[in-house]
Amino acid sequence: MENDPDSKSSRRSFLQKLGFSGAGVLSAPLVLSSCQNNPDKGGASTLKVLTQDNHLVEIDSASIRPVADKAEREYLQKKGREGMPGKKFVMVIDLSRCKNERACMKSCQNAHQLKPEQHHINVLEMHDEANGLSYYMPKPCQHCDNPPCVSVCPVDATFKRQDGIVLVDNERCIGCRFCIAACPYSARTFNWTEPRDAEKYKDISYNMELNVPQKKGTVTKCAFSADRVRKGQLPYCVSACPNGVYYFGDANEDLVTNGTTRETVRLSSLLKDNFAYTLMPELGTKPSVYYLPPRKPGA
Amino acid sequence: MESLKKKESARIDSELLAHVNWSRSSKIWIAFLLLVFAVCLYYYIQQIKNGLGVTGLNDFISWGIYISNFVFFVAASLIGMLISSVLGLAGVKWIKPISRIAEILAVAFALVAGLVIITDMGRPDRLHHILLFGRIQSPIVWDISVVITYVMLSLLLLYLPLIPDLNVCKDKCCGIPAFQRKIYKVLSLGWTHTPEQYQLIKKFTRILMVLIIPVALAIHTVTSWLFALTLRAGWDSPIFGPYFVSGAFVTGSAAVIIAMYFYRRNFGLKDYITEEHFDKMGKLLVLVALVYVYFNINEILVPAFKLKSGEAEHLSSMLTGHDSLMFWMVQIGGLILPFLLLLIKRMRRPLPVTIISVVILLGAWFKRYLIVVPIQQHPYLPIQNVPEEFMYYRPTLAEIAITCGSFVLVLLIVTILSKLFPVVSIWEIKEELDHEN
Repeated sequence: MENDPDSKSSRRSFLQKLGFSGAGVLSAPLVLSSCQNNPDKGGASTLKVLTQDNHLVEIDSASIRPVADKAEREYLQKKGREGMPGKKFVMVIDLSRCKNERACMKSCQNAHQLKPEQHHINVLEMHDEANGLSYYMPKPCQHCDNPPCVSVCPVDATFKRQDGIVLVDNERCIGCRFCIAACPYSARTFNWTEPRDAEKYKDISYNMELNVPQKKGTVTKCAFSADRVRKGQLPYCVSACPNGVYYFGDANEDLVTNGTTRETVRLSSLLKDNFAYTLMPELGTKPSVYYLPPRKPGA
Repeated sequence: MESLKKKESARIDSELLAHVNWSRSSKIWIAFLLLVFAVCLYYYIQQIKNGLGVTGLNDFISWGIYISNFVFFVAASLIGMLISSVLGLAGVKWIKPISRIAEILAVAFALVAGLVIITDMGRPDRLHHILLFGRIQSPIVWDISVVITYVMLSLLLLYLPLIPDLNVCKDKCCGIPAFQRKIYKVLSLGWTHTPEQYQLIKKFTRILMVLIIPVALAIHTVTSWLFALTLRAGWDSPIFGPYFVSGAFVTGSAAVIIAMYFYRRNFGLKDYITEEHFDKMGKLLVLVALVYVYFNINEILVPAFKLKSGEAEHLSSMLTGHDSLMFWMVQIGGLILPFLLLLIKRMRRPLPVTIISVVILLGAWFKRYLIVVPIQQHPYLPIQNVPEEFMYYRPTLAEIAITCGSFVLVLLIVTILSKLFPVVSIWEIKEELDHEN
């Protein structure tokens, strides 16, 4: 992609002046709007800004320039594609705790501006005929380490980041739906018509990590809430669950946190002690989502 | 050829050029096609405005008749390669009068296949992304590359042997506008009928014939890989490449027979496209159908014997369930029965073989539907928490109209090409006669 050198350098200097890096850009428009509100208070007005290392500094508000929409978009784009270095995000879903509350589905659909029939995470009612067992199975994107959807995408619109998250760039997607055909987990959904609240969000800059605003004619899918994860928060579905079904964390640290109890446990022992499994391992997709069986063995 | 031996060269010219004009009936036909096409275009504009939501597709069955029709068109276009190249290189003489017909069909179907795939795109406005961001590992990128290559080679293979005839057109066609004559003049590249020129044409045609064989095999193999390279039970099959290619020859042969019948009747070519040609094409159809039946047995019987967990559901719905009626009609009515009938000599006369070909072509279209759609109705994980209609796919009026539009476009291209150029190669017929005398 071509970068406009001017907009890039002005963006960088803007960030430096604000003492922001990485995490601050989402709040930047807020800061900006506050200084745009009082443009007539004389040229000497200053603004107090907290730097990344917690120093409160004052800067001349006249030297603040809003980030051009294009630059902001490019920044979000780059950040979204690269992912977070040194991380490997995983999810553990404890099926024995799922009571089909569907708070996960609701908060997910709200966050991602999805219609009722569009699911990034879908709670399925499963029947294990061999054991006469019925259980509920929340099914997000499996964020496979060998993702079939990514292999088939003709334009690199869906891609795997260094932190293991598989995302969709809906500004690049051509809507061929090959990824939908290729995904064995039916994890992807398409914007067949104008997305929900399209009119309301039409002027908002595209945030790839949240994949909003949704765009007509493009594919959308679970993003492991990459936007929340970047801020050190748990995904929308994980924190919405009232029943402690979800654990989320970093496999490199070998730690996962339960979204309801906030209890942090060792990933390897959680998986080992509970006989965790992945969905359809025989396909060789290597999912990053682990399931703990619906009924504890021996229970 | 017997009946031709008595004919003079000038008579052959005039008979083969007789249809190269804009007769009243051809104008009415073209106007009719354009009118229908305009209606279909209206539906496509609706689709662009409102999104793919105007189709019956959904998140689970997300490839429908656009994709199966694309597969059908690519299949039909392969016949150019079989008739002009494979049989031509093997020195088969009887294909001379029909090889141009095969090439015209190949060009028309391959060109429109490229457009059909665009109608399936959610964002056709981002078509250029394939050039900007194309990734070599995606089968779609392979498919686009080989389809474009095949269209180009087919166009050349149509054009090169046409050059001597263009010169004849320029001199001998009557009742055509002056600018059309000028086009012939430009396109005939100063042809003067010298032996050296003929040598050159033959040499380069031969090169093209060789080149087009791997490219044609590639387009349909890659098209089959759009399915075979996924992990879906039912598509995940290593024989999809040859299975598709063998099916393509059935489709294409049937299409050529239908075109032959039409040209023979309407363009007064009874002495050139003879009953013998229909008999031979009928036999060719028997051969390719037999190969296709063999691949069908492999593709269906092998998994049906094992009933692996992922495939069992799909197979039982196909063989005895939701899609079984269409399945058996296509397999028996569209393949086995026509194949058996064609073994009888009387059935290979022009009219019966043409009717059988129409049935085969219809069956071939629905066969592509059966390959593409039903498998998506049975994903590994259940379809839940979505509206009832997501379980099955039913094409909408808009979708059907847009698909009809693609057929109209094929007919339009075939019509215009066969009104512009002689559909039977004049110089090759004469050369053949010289040999025999």
